[in-house]
Amino acid sequence: MNREDTAAKIAALIEPFNKKGVAITDATTFAGDLEFDSLTVMDFVAEIEDAFDIIISMNAQAEIETYGQLVDAVVRLQG
Amino acid sequence: MSEGIDEADRPQVLEGTGTDLFSKFDPLIEMRRSLLATGQEDPFSLVMERVVSPTVAVCNGRETILLGTYNYMGMTFDPDVIEAGKQALDDYGAGTTGSRVLNGTYAGHKAVEAALCEFYGMDHAMVFSTGYQANLGIISTIAGKGDYIVLDIDSHASIWDGCKLGDAEIVPFKHNDIEAMEKRLKRIPAGAGKLVILEGVYSMLGDIAPLKEMVRVARENGAMVLVDEAHSMGFIGANGRGVAEDQGCLDDVDFVIGTFSKSVGTVGGFCVSNHPKFEIMRLVCRPYVFTASLPPSVVATAATSIRKLMHGSNKRAHLWENSKVLHQGLRDAGFQLGTETPQSAIIAVIMPDLEKGAAMWEALLKEGLYVNLARPPATPANMTLLRCSLCAEHSAEQVQTIIGIFKRAGTKVGIIG
Repeated sequence: MNREDTAAKIAALIEPFNKKGVAITDATTFAGDLEFDSLTVMDFVAEIEDAFDIIISMNAQAEIETYGQLVDAVVRLQG
Repeated sequence: MSEGIDEADRPQVLEGTGTDLFSKFDPLIEMRRSLLATGQEDPFSLVMERVVSPTVAVCNGRETILLGTYNYMGMTFDPDVIEAGKQALDDYGAGTTGSRVLNGTYAGHKAVEAALCEFYGMDHAMVFSTGYQANLGIISTIAGKGDYIVLDIDSHASIWDGCKLGDAEIVPFKHNDIEAMEKRLKRIPAGAGKLVILEGVYSMLGDIAPLKEMVRVARENGAMVLVDEAHSMGFIGANGRGVAEDQGCLDDVDFVIGTFSKSVGTVGGFCVSNHPKFEIMRLVCRPYVFTASLPPSVVATAATSIRKLMHGSNKRAHLWENSKVLHQGLRDAGFQLGTETPQSAIIAVIMPDLEKGAAMWEALLKEGLYVNLARPPATPANMTLLRCSLCAEHSAEQVQTIIGIFKRAGTKVGIIG
């Protein structure tokens, strides 16, 4: 799946987690802007993993701070 | 007088308001400060001034029933265990002052490993200085860079730290969710080494894992399986070998991790295994090699205790009875508990928030009952818990006293109506 389609799919998946309706760009941060705590991160990562049939290990998660980095990582992990 | 000397005598006074490496602890310092400012007794600075028995101590000046010690089988004051420790002190001295692979392996260390092999019916046993180090050492050594560890999200801190130390790819799954575990195992790249880590009893809520099904799925997907049975040894299973024995899947578990600081009643950790190459771990496992071995008195008490636990079926039956009576009593009183039914010797009472939990903890202590206050981030789903762990030495009468104390304290603090 190309970056555009991947981004569109992730945009739909993140909606229920974006409780405060933050306008999301590639620079949006999960911890800061979206205020994800560790439990939310776990649930959100599980959703993404299942939707794309990939593994985002905790090692990989540590490198992902922004929405754009997540989209890039998912594109890469799909091979 | 030189400027240098002048400065040494009058060092710059640091106010502690600036930013330094400790700044990251500021939210925790503030949380603690505001909690204690209300006059709350500090739940994390309790001192046991005198220990009367496995179930009673004098804490902060009060005689207190102990309901938060993990001393499940009450072996800490067993006369045979104490005698073995005293004898070893006389015969071998206070400590080994050395690593297990240098001058720190005494006859007692081999004897306790032999007792463990017999207790679990396994070929190999390796004793560490603590249970924390057992997980840290085994996990970090067997799963390294490029390998995958699939583990329950509610795993103990020592498991997480072992994962981090080993540099493997860490893939957590939702607590006790067999399907979530299986999906993740199937997504691991072909050829990569796989380790699944589970616990028999999860110590926060006292719930057990569906090990039989999980171990089967793990093996079908080519993973090795490590099960931490810290909270089940001596109590669960026909021979007290733990949840895997109870569910009939112990033969399919590659590594069992356990501790001496719960049912065994002293301190230390271990791994037992049937893996034919297991003994090499003694040379490659850094938390085993680069630390001093347990004192001779500790391994002597552990070996004696383990051998007595092999014949502990009457005590096990009484402990189950205690667990069932307390669970039912607290439920009937209106408390919200971590499990629907008693699954282990741990009963977790769920508190509405940290403030109420700390107030309830203090009310219990003032009534003469000690339990563990557990708070985030150690707890699942950010819960505040009052964690009760029962002992086979609690009398039926003590259990009724405990229920009475909970009811009075719960009404006073406003947890129950």
